[in-house]
Amino acid sequence: MADLFFYTFATFTVVCAAAVVGLKNTVASALALLLCLVGVAGVFILLDAFLLAALMVFVYAGAVVALFLFIIMLLDAQGGDRKPFKKTAYVSGGIAFALLTLGVLSFWKSGAQTTGVLGSSIVPVGATLKNYGEQLFTTYLLPVQIVGFLLLIAMLGVIVLSKKFEGLEDIK
Amino acid sequence: MAVIPVERKPLTFAERTYIPQIIGGLRTTLKHFFAPNVTLQYPEQRPEIPKGYRGVPTLVKDPNGREKCVSCQLCEFVCPPKAIRITPGEIPDDSDNAHVEKSPQAFDIDMLRCIYCGLCQEVCPEEAIWLQNQFSMSGFTRAEMVNNKARLYELGGTLPDEHFKWDKKKTAEEHGNAH
Amino acid sequence: MFQFYFDLPLIVRLVVQAGAVILVLFPIAAACSMAERKISAWIQGRPGPNRTIAPVGGLLTPLGLAGRIPFLGPFLQQMGIFQLAADGGKFTFKEDPVPGHVNKFYFVLAPIIAMIPALTTIAVVPLGAYYAVINGQTILQPIVLANVDIGLLAVFAVSSLGVYAVILAGWASNSKYAFLGGVRASAQLVSYELAMTLSVLPAFLWMNKPGGQGTLSLFDAVQMQSGVWHGLSMASLHGMWGVFYMPVSAFIFLVALFAETNRAPFDMPESESELVAGFHTEYGAFKWSLFFLAEYCHMIIGSAVCILLFFGGWNLLPWIPLTTLIDWLSHVLPFATHPLFMGLVGIGIFVGKVFAFIFFFMWVRWTLPRFRYDQVMHLGWKKLLPLSIANLIFYTLGIALMQK
Repeated sequence: MADLFFYTFATFTVVCAAAVVGLKNTVASALALLLCLVGVAGVFILLDAFLLAALMVFVYAGAVVALFLFIIMLLDAQGGDRKPFKKTAYVSGGIAFALLTLGVLSFWKSGAQTTGVLGSSIVPVGATLKNYGEQLFTTYLLPVQIVGFLLLIAMLGVIVLSKKFEGLEDIK
Repeated sequence: MAVIPVERKPLTFAERTYIPQIIGGLRTTLKHFFAPNVTLQYPEQRPEIPKGYRGVPTLVKDPNGREKCVSCQLCEFVCPPKAIRITPGEIPDDSDNAHVEKSPQAFDIDMLRCIYCGLCQEVCPEEAIWLQNQFSMSGFTRAEMVNNKARLYELGGTLPDEHFKWDKKKTAEEHGNAH
Repeated sequence: MFQFYFDLPLIVRLVVQAGAVILVLFPIAAACSMAERKISAWIQGRPGPNRTIAPVGGLLTPLGLAGRIPFLGPFLQQMGIFQLAADGGKFTFKEDPVPGHVNKFYFVLAPIIAMIPALTTIAVVPLGAYYAVINGQTILQPIVLANVDIGLLAVFAVSSLGVYAVILAGWASNSKYAFLGGVRASAQLVSYELAMTLSVLPAFLWMNKPGGQGTLSLFDAVQMQSGVWHGLSMASLHGMWGVFYMPVSAFIFLVALFAETNRAPFDMPESESELVAGFHTEYGAFKWSLFFLAEYCHMIIGSAVCILLFFGGWNLLPWIPLTTLIDWLSHVLPFATHPLFMGLVGIGIFVGKVFAFIFFFMWVRWTLPRFRYDQVMHLGWKKLLPLSIANLIFYTLGIALMQK
C-alpha cells in the first residue's frame, strides 16, 4: 500500500517537474511547479515527516509559487510562450541528468537501499515536532545559524537594492 | 482671492491607529442593526401622498356628474411633451347639458410621454384636468398606456366644487341668455 | 448500539465522517450568503429578502411543506430561507456561459481549486471534546477528523493554497479587471501570511515552553485555555482565554484573517467599485457560486481557528470550561458525561462561537469602507509585521523570564 502511494507520488512529482521545464506557457509551468511541490509533500508524508510536508506546502506551494505567479503576471500578463531552449540548455540538462542517474546508481550498487522503499522501521528523527525542534537546536545548530546569517545578508541586500538613493554620498 | 491656510491638527496616537474610529463605526451600525426597519412593504403598505402631489393627470366631473372639460385645447397646446390629444366635439342638442359650450369627443393622454409637469392643470380654465394621487401606471402594451376619455373620467371621479357652471348657464339660457 | 459502525473498515469510516462534516459545512457556508444579505439589510434599516416562498411544486419537498406551517412558515419566509433555496436552484440550473476570450481549461479549473482547500482544512480542526475511556482511564478526546500534531500548520498550509483559485481565475479570465484582482490577491496573501503566522507563535511558545508538550495541535491549544481558576501561575492558564493574555496576537490574527479571506475592508481582489467584480468578473452561475461558497468556507475555518487559539474553543466562558459545565450538568442530567451528549454540547458551543465570529465578519464588512491598495500594503508590511515581530519578542522574553 505504502509502496503504491510512493510510486504514485514519485511519478506524479517527476511528471510535474518535467512539465515545469517542458510546458510552453509560463503560468502553466508555475502551476506544474505547484503540483510538483505538493507531490514532494506527499512523499514527505509517506516518510512520516508531517512537519516538513506541511512546511513544504505552506512556504513553497503557498507563498513562493504565489510570488512566482505574481511576478510572471507583472512581467507578462498573458503568460505567453517562452523562447525555445538553446543548445547549451540541452547539453547542460543532459549532463545534470547523467550525473543524477550516476548518483542514484551508485547508491543502488552500494546496497544502502535493498529493502522496499518504505520498508525500514526506523522512526525518523523529524517525525514529531518535539524531536524536530530538539535536533534543530542541538545537533544542527550550526547549519541553522549559518542559514539564518545568510538570510540576514539577503535581507540587507534586498533593502539596499530596493532603496532609492539620491546620490553616491547616500550609499556611503 | 485670499488663501487662508488652516492648521490641521495632528492626529493623536489613538486616531492614527484607526481603532477608536472602527469601534465607533461598529457601534453605529449595531445601533442600526437593532433599530426598526424603515422599509415600506409596498404593495401591502402604501405611502402617504403629500398635499399637492402630481400624480397621473385625470379629468373630473362636477358634482352633478357633468363633464367640466369644454375642449378648449389649452392643455393640448401647453403640454411640453405633447402627450395630450383632444378631438373637440359639439354637445348634442338633446343632451341635458346642451348649450353653447363644447365637450371633447375624444381625449387621450399618452402616459408614455407625460412628464407629470402639471402645466395642463395649471392652464385649464375650467379646472377640469387634475393631477391626482395615483403614482403607478403600468400596462403590457403601448396602447394600454394611453388613457382615453372614459378611463380619464374613471380615474378622475368628481370634483366637489361649488361652481355649478352648467346649472348657471342653463338658468341663464332659460332667462333669455342675458349675461 | 453503534458497534456495526466501528466494525467498518477505517477508510470507509473516515470517508463517512469527512462526508458528514462537509455536508454540514457546505450548507452552512451557503446559509452564510443569506445571513450576509439579512445582516446587511438590518444594518441598513431594510428587512432584506422576505418574499420568496415555495411554489406549489415545492410543496413536495420538506422545506416547501414547512413554509405552509403557521407561524413557522412565515418566520422562515421572513428569514429568507426559501430565497436561499431558490438561489441554490438558480445557481445550479441557470445557463453557465464561458466567455469566448478565456483560457477555458484554467477558467473551469479555478472554481474547483477554490473549493478544495476550503473544504479540506476542516479535517484538522477539532470541533468539540468528549470523555473517552481508554485502557481504563478517562481521557478528554477531541472530536476531529484527523488529530495531527501539526494541526495549525496544516490549516495554514492548505488554506494558503486557496489563493491560487483567485490568481488562476484572474489570469484565465483574460480580462484586465479580473487580472488586476488576481494580482492583488497574490500580493495581499503573501503580505498578510507573514503577520498571521508570527502572531500565533506566542500562543504556541507558551504551550511549548521548556518541559511542554512540543506540539502545534489545535486541541492542545484549547486544552491550555480550559481549566478553573487557581491563581496565576505559569503551569496552566486556569481557564483564561488566549485573548486575555495575548490581546495583540489575537488582534493581529484577526486583522490578517480578514485580509486572508478577502473580506472587507480588505476585499482588494474583488473591490466592485474599482474592478467591476475583480477576479470573478467573467464568471457566472454555478462557477461563481463556488467562489462564494469557498469564501464563506474560508471564513468559517478561519474563525474556527481564531476561536480555538484565542477564544477558548468549546469552553463556554472563561474559567468555565466544557468539563466543568458537564460536571454541573451531570448533577441534573445523569447522562451528561455520555460522549454523545458531551460532544453535542461542545460542538454546539463551538459552532455558536463560529456563528458569532461570522456575524462579526459581516458586521465589519457593512461598517468599514475598503482600504486603498497602497494602504493595505502599508498596513501589512509596515504596521502589522513589525508589530507581530515585537509581540513575538515580547512574549519570548516574558516566557523566558517567567521560567527562571
